[in-house]
This record gives sequence, structure tokens and C-alpha cells, in this order.
Amino acid sequence: MTYTSDKPPLPETTEQLRARIPGWGADLDPKDRPSVPKLRWQEDRTGAHWDFPERQPERWPRERSIEHAFLTPVFGTSCPPRGVSGALRRFSYRRFSEGRAAHWLLLLAADRVDAWENHLRSFATARPDNPITETGVLSEFSRHGFSSRFGKKRADAGHHLLDPVIVAGPWVLAGGLAYSGVRAALRRRRR
Amino acid sequence: MRAMVYRGPYKVRVEEKDMPPIEHPNDAIVRVTLGAICGSDLHLYHGMMPDTRVGMTFGHEFIGVVEEVGSGVANLSRGDRVMVPFNIFCGTCWFCARSLYSNCHNVNPNATAVGGIYGYSHTCGGYDGGQSEFVRVPFADVGPTIIPEWMDDEDAVLLTDALPTGYFGAQLGDIVEGDVVVVFGAGPVGLFAAKSAWLMGAGRVVVIDHLEYRLEKARTFAHAETYNFTEYDDIVVHMKKITDHLGADVAIDAVGAEADGNLTQHITAAKLKLQGGSPVALNWAIDSVRKGGTVSVMGAYGPMFSAVKFGDALNKGLTLRMNQCPVKRQWPRLFEHIRNGYLKPSEIITHRIPLEHIAEGYHIFSAKLDGCIKPLVVPNAG
Ligand SMILES: NC(=O)c1ccc[n+]([C@@H]2O[C@H](COP(=O)([O-])OP(=O)(O)OC[C@H]3O[C@@H](n4cnc5c(N)ncnc54)[C@H](O)[C@@H]3O)[C@@H](O)[C@H]2O)c1
Ligand SMILES: [Zn+2]
Ligand SMILES: [Zn+2]
Repeated sequence: MTYTSDKPPLPETTEQLRARIPGWGADLDPKDRPSVPKLRWQEDRTGAHWDFPERQPERWPRERSIEHAFLTPVFGTSCPPRGVSGALRRFSYRRFSEGRAAHWLLLLAADRVDAWENHLRSFATARPDNPITETGVLSEFSRHGFSSRFGKKRADAGHHLLDPVIVAGPWVLAGGLAYSGVRAALRRRRR
Repeated sequence: MRAMVYRGPYKVRVEEKDMPPIEHPNDAIVRVTLGAICGSDLHLYHGMMPDTRVGMTFGHEFIGVVEEVGSGVANLSRGDRVMVPFNIFCGTCWFCARSLYSNCHNVNPNATAVGGIYGYSHTCGGYDGGQSEFVRVPFADVGPTIIPEWMDDEDAVLLTDALPTGYFGAQLGDIVEGDVVVVFGAGPVGLFAAKSAWLMGAGRVVVIDHLEYRLEKARTFAHAETYNFTEYDDIVVHMKKITDHLGADVAIDAVGAEADGNLTQHITAAKLKLQGGSPVALNWAIDSVRKGGTVSVMGAYGPMFSAVKFGDALNKGLTLRMNQCPVKRQWPRLFEHIRNGYLKPSEIITHRIPLEHIAEGYHIFSAKLDGCIKPLVVPNAG
């Protein structure tokens, strides 16, 4: 009992556990586990045959954390920064360390700008963004959207209702603004 | 080549992309034969991870065949069937030399606080991922391993993240024989953590979630005792009741940034992005564990601050342990456990989604429809 010194009893004995659960106790010794000790010197360098890796060519100015001494020898080359979002990102990396909330908030803001820059750009291509197919929302019908939620004690069903608002809201707003913009322009022309 | 592409929060599609080039002498290009969607991908998909760029290909769980190797690659050749850990790592920096592969210092210019991860935003290095036909694999001599003959592909793909992470979560709990272990979250990571806790000698394993079908899996697959937190006014009090008011010896957070159970926390984190993550499950873990106990955090959180109950952790004298999983470090032991029949990771797979239907795959997994626990992604599904 907790209010005395004894450990509360377990519902099953070791023998029962061993019989019920395949492999019970296979890693019983806390010292004989793969991540013990936390720092473990790797004599074989996990297959590496260098002291410091050769440097990958920098094909465009690569943004980096100011907490690094230099550009790391290897880095990802997906999606170079471009447009307004790119300028925001570069500024955030140049100006703020990872320790500053401003760094992350700017990057998050740039992500929102990036999405809209790309939505707009996509309208000038043969494949404009389509929120219906890209959200996969039609699987609600083919994959039991209703019965997966209704009558289940799910804590997330409530805020799932917010998702369409979050996704479709800006599109409806943008559509409305575009429509009234065009109408105003036409009216001005007619006068 | 065909590749999944991020188009903004909640939106993905498949596009025709250029083949990834060899950028470094130790690069390989791998033709992906099987991939998966991870709970971590949902944090990107929902726009929570800073510097997630439109056009990026996600996917850090994949296996495949080596298509091409750079001039400096010594340990792999074209045609090898490989499994690739989700961590990108160099093998020789201060951290890799000490086996902290997930904390490599040579692969992520964008941040020093996290290593390199395939398809996981620029905050994790800006690498495209494996929900695609082909992927660039840096440090091909260090990360990938040839898939053993006897291993099933579906087990191999789960060995690139979900299984080692669950197992690592149990390890960081420092479980000793007879410990009472409570696991928050019955997703792939939680299920594997619960199962692994028994291997380390747990005397009782409890799993908490709100999705009945996943709790069912926790009972059958992970032999656990389960509770649906929506059935209790206060799950922390219930945890005390079932442990003689001592609390669990070890608590594992296998939920992370989008935890439910408190609408304010969920909305401020997952919808408004005002904190790095919703710490509902983490706070429950802190409050459910006994004084002097250990909380192991596998759930992922963004780099911003989160409203964690730090005072309780201090006053209770807790040990908090956490990291991204150093996958390759876990492999030899996990291979043994699979061979011995103690672990059969593929039993949690519920969906096999053709790459072309990736948008539906994300929606099903994100909204937890159709009994989804673990969706695989199949390129060239015909
Ligand atoms: N540290 C690492 O190396 C690493 C690796 C892989 C995944 N992860 C993280 O682990 C977490 C889980 O991954 P997954 O693939 O299992 O995801 P998942 O989304 O399938 O599982 C999360 C589960 O938590 C449940 N849940 C939500 N709120 C809860 C609460 N308050 N209490 C209990 N359960 C709750 C959900 O219903 C769901 O079943 C994610 O945050 C992911 O990013 C970390
Ligand atoms: Zn993952
Ligand atoms: Zn390294």
C-alpha cells in the first residue's frame, strides 16, 4: 500500500506473464539494451570512411541556422526559397537563432504565404490546386467517415468539424474577394 | 518520376518530378518499393512544423532497391535491397561517434537542435522523402542496411521508424522487472512501446487512447490493459485509483503535438500554432507517474514552447527522457526479436495505399477513418 512502505502487488506473477506474453523478459537486464549507455563510442564509425565528410557543392545560397559555425557538409536541396515566402525565410535564418520565438513564428508565417503564392501560381498552370482532390476528403464517403465517428467515444470528432472551415474558409474568402474585385472593375469600366 | 507533393496544410497530391540527382560522392539513389505514412507526417500535413515548404515530398519510412551510387560509396551497390533508417547521419561527428545518430551535426544546416530526417521539412534539413518512386539517400555507407533474406518487406519498412521508436520509448523508461508502465497513445508507436515494455520485464502495461479500435489492438497485439480516456471524468485520477494511489513507475508519451483531451490545448497548438505542440498527453504522463518515476517522451513536438507542467515534474522528482529514435542502433536486437517470433511488426498494418491515392491515404490516417492504424504507401501499385 502506498501509504506504507510496501510496493502494491501486481495482478500477475512472473510465471504467468512469461506464459502469457511471448518474449517477456527477453531484455530484462537494464544494462544490456541497445541504447545503454546513452553515449557509446562507435569504433567502426557505422561504416563511415572519413574524419570529416567531403563537402556537397552549394548550388544556390543555402540558408542556415546562425548557431552553426558553417554550412554543414551535407544538406537537403528540396524547394529553394523563392518569392515573398523565400525572403521571409532567409531573413528569419539570417537574423534569429533557434532560441528565439521570432525565428519560428516568421517561418510559420512564411509557410502560410508560401501556400498562397503556390495556389496563385498554380492557376496559371495546366494543373490548378484543387482542394477537393488534394484534401482526400472524398474518402469520407468511401471509407466510412460517418460510422468511423458516430456513436464512438472519440475526443477529436468535435474539432474535425473545424477542418473544413480551416481548409475551405480561405478559399471561399479569396473567391469572394476575386469575384467582387472583378465586378467592381467591370462596373468602373461600364461607367 | 511520380512523387507525393505537399501543397499547403491538409493538401497533398502526386506530381511528376525530376529524378533526384547524386549531390555528394557518398549519396545513393534508391528506388522505393514500399513506404509508409507516420504519425509525424501528420504534424507536417497539418502545417504545424515551421519551414514546411510547398513542393516538398514527405516520407521517412521506406525500403527499396539501390538504383545508383555516388563515386565514394563502398558498402552498397546497384541492385541491393535496402532498408533506410529515418535519420540521415554522417557516422563521424561528435554525436554519431557516440551513437546518437538522430542528433547528427553534419546533415542539417537549418537547425542545430535536430538532426536530419527524410521528407521532414527544412527544419530537419530540407531533404525530400520516400513517398515517391525514387529518393536521394545521403551517407549511403552509413545509414542503409541490406534487408536480411528471411525478413518480410512489411516488417522491414516498419523497422525504419515505428518499431524502433516504440522500442526506444520503452528503453528510455528505464523499465525494471515488475514495473507498472502506462503508455499514452495506441498508434503504431504506442502499440510497439507497450509490446516492448513486456520484453524489458514490465509487470503491468496499461494503454490509454480514445479510439476504441486502437485500444482493441492494444489488448490483442500488445497484451495490454486499456482505458478510453473519454469514459473518465479525469484520467489522471483513474490512473491513481488503479495503482493503489502510487501512480505508474513509468509513463510513455506516444501521442505528441496533436494530443486531444483538452480542447484549448489542442486548438492553440494544432489549429492556431501558438505553441509547439499540445502537451495534454505529456501532462497526463507527468501527473500519472509516481514520484521519482520516469517519463519517456516519444511523441514529437515543434521547436516552439509548449505549456508543459514543469513544476509537477520538478516537485515529483521525475526523470524525463526523450529523443528522436537513433534507429540503426536498435536494429541488431530488433532483428533478433523478430526472428525469435517475439515481435511481428506487420500485424499493425491496416491499409496499403497506392502512391497515386496518397491524398486519400493522408485523410484516412489523419481523421482516423476505416479502422486505420498504419497505412503503407505502395509506389507503382499498377
Ligand atoms: N521520437 C521519435 O523518434 C518519433 C518517431 C516516430 C513518431 N514519433 C511521434 O510519435 C507520436 C505518435 O506517432 P504514431 O505514428 O503512433 O501516431 P498516431 O497519430 O497514429 O497515434 C497517436 C495516438 O494518440 C492518440 N491520442 C490523442 N490524444 C491522446 C491523449 N491525450 N492521450 C492518449 N492518447 C491520445 C490518438 O488517438 C492516436 O491513436 C507522434 O507525435 C509522432 O510524431 C516520434
Ligand atoms: Zn516517423
Ligand atoms: Zn553525424
